[in-house]
Amino acid sequence: MSTEFGVWVAALMTIGLFSFLYKDNPFFKVCEAVFIGSSTGYWAVVYFFDNLQKKLWEGIFPPDGAVGDAWLWGGAILGILMLCRLSNKIGWIARWPVSFIVGATAGLYMINYFVSSAMMQVASTMQSLVVTNGGGIDWQATIGSVVVAVAVVSGLIYFFFSKEHTGAFGGVAKVGIWFLMITFGASFGYTVMSRMSLLIGRMDYLFGDWLGMIR
Amino acid sequence: MRREIPLIITTIAGLVFAISYFIPHMPFGEAETIFGDWVTIVQAFAIWLGVLNLLRVTGEKIHRKRPGWTYAAIVIVTMVGTIAIGIYEGFAGMNATPPSSYRDAGTTFDWIFQYLYDPLSSTMFAMLAFYISSAAYRAFRARNLEATMLLIAAFFMMGGRVPLLDQLISPFTDTLVFSKLSSWIMNFPVAGGQRAIAIGIALGIMSSSLRVILGIERSHIGGGE
Amino acid sequence: MMGHYIALSLLAVLGLGMIFIFYLTVKGRTIERRFVFLYIVFTVSLPLFVKMKPPIQVSPEVQQVVETITSLSPGAKVLISCDFDPPSAPELQPMLVAFTKYALKHDLKLIFMGLWPLGPSQANRGLRLALADTIIAAKNLTYGVDYVNLGFQSGNEFVIQAMGGSFKSMFPQDDRRIPYDSIPLLNGVVNYRQIDLVMNFSAGKPGTIEWIQNAVDRYQVKLSAGNTAVQAPQVYPYLRAGQVRGLMGGMSGAAEFELALNEKGKASSFILSQMFSHLAVMLFVIVGNVAWLMTRKKK
Repeated sequence: MSTEFGVWVAALMTIGLFSFLYKDNPFFKVCEAVFIGSSTGYWAVVYFFDNLQKKLWEGIFPPDGAVGDAWLWGGAILGILMLCRLSNKIGWIARWPVSFIVGATAGLYMINYFVSSAMMQVASTMQSLVVTNGGGIDWQATIGSVVVAVAVVSGLIYFFFSKEHTGAFGGVAKVGIWFLMITFGASFGYTVMSRMSLLIGRMDYLFGDWLGMIR
Repeated sequence: MRREIPLIITTIAGLVFAISYFIPHMPFGEAETIFGDWVTIVQAFAIWLGVLNLLRVTGEKIHRKRPGWTYAAIVIVTMVGTIAIGIYEGFAGMNATPPSSYRDAGTTFDWIFQYLYDPLSSTMFAMLAFYISSAAYRAFRARNLEATMLLIAAFFMMGGRVPLLDQLISPFTDTLVFSKLSSWIMNFPVAGGQRAIAIGIALGIMSSSLRVILGIERSHIGGGE
Repeated sequence: MMGHYIALSLLAVLGLGMIFIFYLTVKGRTIERRFVFLYIVFTVSLPLFVKMKPPIQVSPEVQQVVETITSLSPGAKVLISCDFDPPSAPELQPMLVAFTKYALKHDLKLIFMGLWPLGPSQANRGLRLALADTIIAAKNLTYGVDYVNLGFQSGNEFVIQAMGGSFKSMFPQDDRRIPYDSIPLLNGVVNYRQIDLVMNFSAGKPGTIEWIQNAVDRYQVKLSAGNTAVQAPQVYPYLRAGQVRGLMGGMSGAAEFELALNEKGKASSFILSQMFSHLAVMLFVIVGNVAWLMTRKKK
């Protein structure tokens, strides 16, 4: 069993949160409040030093006396306008930095998603369906390529809602649904794996680091 | 002008990033660098906006003695304490010789991370494992063909990505059949399905981004079209 | 050894318990969810005491990661982006530790950074574990020469995109406040062109997909990735398109990676728990559906 104070605090906090699984209780609420406070405080400090102090302040006023980057004042002004959101009177001015972020993100995403998530994916799907391997056909890879192509095309046809899903079009859309169900099933299986991994980590901490029962 | 200026800002910012992808030279390249710095700085201020807002909301709850105000007090004490310790140790580390980071092992801030934040955040997410198990027992039903296909695919993933089903059939064969099968499913049918979703999302983002840059979409400034 | 046999016996009892749950459910008496929770606690915890290592096969996508990193020559510079936080650590930390140990043993130069606020702390943890390895400790590696932690920068994909021009613009100092230009390892490292590989450990956004969009496709960066199991399926289209060189998904991916690199770690020891927990969920689904079908037939 650990004799370290911090490990005991962590273990009791863990048990406090898990107590919610039985029912809501004051111990859980205290742990929840500590979580909210410590996480907010942690993020505030990280953003303060790693961005506001290191990049903004020392960018404008370099510690070695070099010439600062005056353009960073623009960022500082936009940031201060963002903080005006706290005021009911002049809170409307926070729309300016929000608009800047939204516009910048829109501009970046428009091209990035087009290139990486549309163009490159279509190009990869349109590669030769018949895969050869030193003269002969690689049947495993060929079947795989065909499956991917059918999955992509039928999935996209399913998402095309401007035409009614009837006849041959509806048949292909049905195949698309099947591939999407397989996709979602795989995602669900992976999600179970992920969530269980988190729980395993916590159990390892309680039984290993705290109680010392696992070596 | 309250609505026009934000729209102009949105359009300029969007065009700079879109055009600089193709023309990385003056002035777009430089503008992209400057605007990129501004984005990182505004994000940091946005986090602090959240912190100050949380202080305001919890402070009001305590002031008006609303139900649960004692927990709000714990939130404020923990938050202010963490910030105070972090900022003190950050500046102390900056001025030390040699300089050190506020998150280095041995600092009180690192103690808060290791023994408060880490276990609490990990446990919050670990609780999802219980809910997913309860949902599996109570709610996941193979009501139709599509749901059955979903569950079968999930079974192959859960049993194949870890050596579960392979261990069960190990008395009959040495080949790790289900591991290979689950890998094939991920690399071909699932990759195809995910690709269709990714292309659909990309087309949607492209059109909505264009609407934002052209000022057709105005929800971010508090208005419709 | 005693714990091993006690745990095995209790797991057998759990198996009988599942039969009892099946019997009750079929009789129309759905068990209370708190018993489901308790069942899961035992299913996850007991295998931690069992000294059994199930055979793991390295999947092609993990093998691709291994081949990518083993092709690097000593002195190659690797940028490691730790884009995760403590909740995702059970899946991603073992990958990070295994990679860091391999890299430091083979004289690769490591540049850590984070797009998530807690990423650099996770990086420090991984480094501490790796540096404690006896082989690595004997090398007397130096911070700033063999490895460096640049810290965190806000901005998500804007940081990745800006680093294509200049690393220093986003990280004027490292995590220990040392100016960028004063760090020997970063001498001559201006942007991605001087980096041989980017390793990304990602739990969400910003993560692998953002690295692909902003670094791989824009600046032709070589990228390999480890993802949480929740995110991994979304990256498979990019893996097939060759935009990412290999992918480790979740704890099973981490265990395969540890096996391939011959670096025993936490993921390998957790696989048995993972197996039993998956079995429990699968059985719950089967029990629930069989009972539902039988109820439907009666009606």
